[in-house]
Amino acid sequence: MKILVCITHVPDTTSKIQFTANNTKFDTTGVQFIIGPYDDYALARAVELRDQTGGTLTALNVGEVETEPTLRKALAIGADDAIRVNAFPKDSYFVSKQIAHFAKEGGYDLIFMGRESIDFNGGMVHGMVGELLGMPSFSPVMKLELEGTTVKMAREIEGGKEYLEAQLPLIAGCQEPIAEWKIPNMRGIMSARTKPLLVVEPISQDTQAEASSYQLPPAKGSVKLVDKDHVSELVRLLKNEAKVL
Amino acid sequence: MSILVYLEQAAGKIKKTSLEAVSFAYALADKTGEGPVVALALGTLDANELAAVGQAGAAKVLHASDERLNAGVIQAHASAVAQAFESLGAKTLILAKSSLGDAVAARLAIKLQAGLVSNVVELPNLDAGFVVKRSIYTGKAFAQTTITTDNKILAIKKNAIDQKVDGAAAVVEAFEVAIPAADFASIITSTDRSTGEVLLPEADIVVSGGRGMKGPENWGMIEDLAKTLGAATGCSKPVSDIGWRPHHEHVGQTGVKVAPTLYIAVGISGAIQHLAGVNSSKCIVVINKDPEAPFFKAADYGIVGDAFEIVPQLTAALKADQ
Repeated sequence: MKILVCITHVPDTTSKIQFTANNTKFDTTGVQFIIGPYDDYALARAVELRDQTGGTLTALNVGEVETEPTLRKALAIGADDAIRVNAFPKDSYFVSKQIAHFAKEGGYDLIFMGRESIDFNGGMVHGMVGELLGMPSFSPVMKLELEGTTVKMAREIEGGKEYLEAQLPLIAGCQEPIAEWKIPNMRGIMSARTKPLLVVEPISQDTQAEASSYQLPPAKGSVKLVDKDHVSELVRLLKNEAKVL
Repeated sequence: MSILVYLEQAAGKIKKTSLEAVSFAYALADKTGEGPVVALALGTLDANELAAVGQAGAAKVLHASDERLNAGVIQAHASAVAQAFESLGAKTLILAKSSLGDAVAARLAIKLQAGLVSNVVELPNLDAGFVVKRSIYTGKAFAQTTITTDNKILAIKKNAIDQKVDGAAAVVEAFEVAIPAADFASIITSTDRSTGEVLLPEADIVVSGGRGMKGPENWGMIEDLAKTLGAATGCSKPVSDIGWRPHHEHVGQTGVKVAPTLYIAVGISGAIQHLAGVNSSKCIVVINKDPEAPFFKAADYGIVGDAFEIVPQLTAALKADQ
């Protein structure tokens, strides 16, 4: 069993979002970067399945050199080797083309990733890679079990779950509670330093929908407090002032 | 040139978010001089339900009635939409962002060689190319995104546009699709969906409870308030982590992102990860006994006090007002 897990390198969920260069670049000042939280779930489940099947697990990231500590962390958590496609992830299409190419070269049975990156929230890469490789793709997957070559999954849908069965190979965009996040132990951190991390150049530069500028939402006005002894006043405000009832 | 809209259904009803996508397409057609708006409906649906899509702005509804399409089989839906897009010679596809819509749209982006933008929050700007505003960083910012391909797909965020309700009935036409058997190779074995309730990601009003509710046995008052408002119920991450409420009710950065007209948070302190899931709401009301709760800073209205007293009073006041 060969498993690939695709990792994003994204700002920590508590980061203050700001832009520079006339609102054309994300301001990384004081921002801590992490493995995307959804990718962390994917990685955790991938490690379990690798251990269960005795296969191999490769972590892949499309990013410039500053993403290497994030990939090393994936190695510390349990990936056997890593690939960094040396390019800024310009849009979902660009990233999907890279992943599809290197995934095909590697001949993976299972391709995991998070349901979406928490920076651009596209949630598109798993489907695009699936279509590029002619493989089924599923997301958001919250449970995944292997039974021979059959994969049993639960996918979250609006207001509930859908249970599915599909055959390998396939792609899963993951979310909790597919597995518990794994915290790297000291042995993992030590061994990650010497595990292979291959740097490859992108296979194409094509994009379809690149972001050109950014903006922050308008500042929120201050809260209007209603006295707890006059709850009906809130109803009046919601009706007549906010006009949301 | 026709603009195509992919409709989603649940149990024979077209989803409201899909009708918003139709209205978005209608407004886009008006802006670009394109049109008409043609919607594609998949699976078993009755004629009245299909014709009613016209009220939201569709001139025509193509209906592929193959009952295997009732379920959200991702690849089969993608193939059906691609066939409709090509047979119409459309250049633009509009759909509602959802767990199925995203999955189908991503495959179509490759099938149709179409630039795809998701989480779209308003009509595109056409002054210099085709520039779409979308929500990023889980609602904490926006990006202007330029689509450079001829074919385009926009996945619309809830509340990006007001749903049109005064259109004429649509012409309904049967549409034959030839879907490869391989598209049905993955089988949906069962679906476990809460029924009879308002679905959280699609709700206009959401009432959420946090740890301040002290236990699952106290959720009755949250449900009463939600029922009075016709709202969906949600919860904070700790609440779903402890198992007081199911995971699909978890609102936040790594849970459901909601964009209702009114969001009422009860006993939720307002961690940044929770705020990320609700910051697209039009109006936020916070009820919390701690005046220092960070949620008040993100709220439009607030009441400082005991939820166990305030929530039943609020429900009563709303009932009295109805």
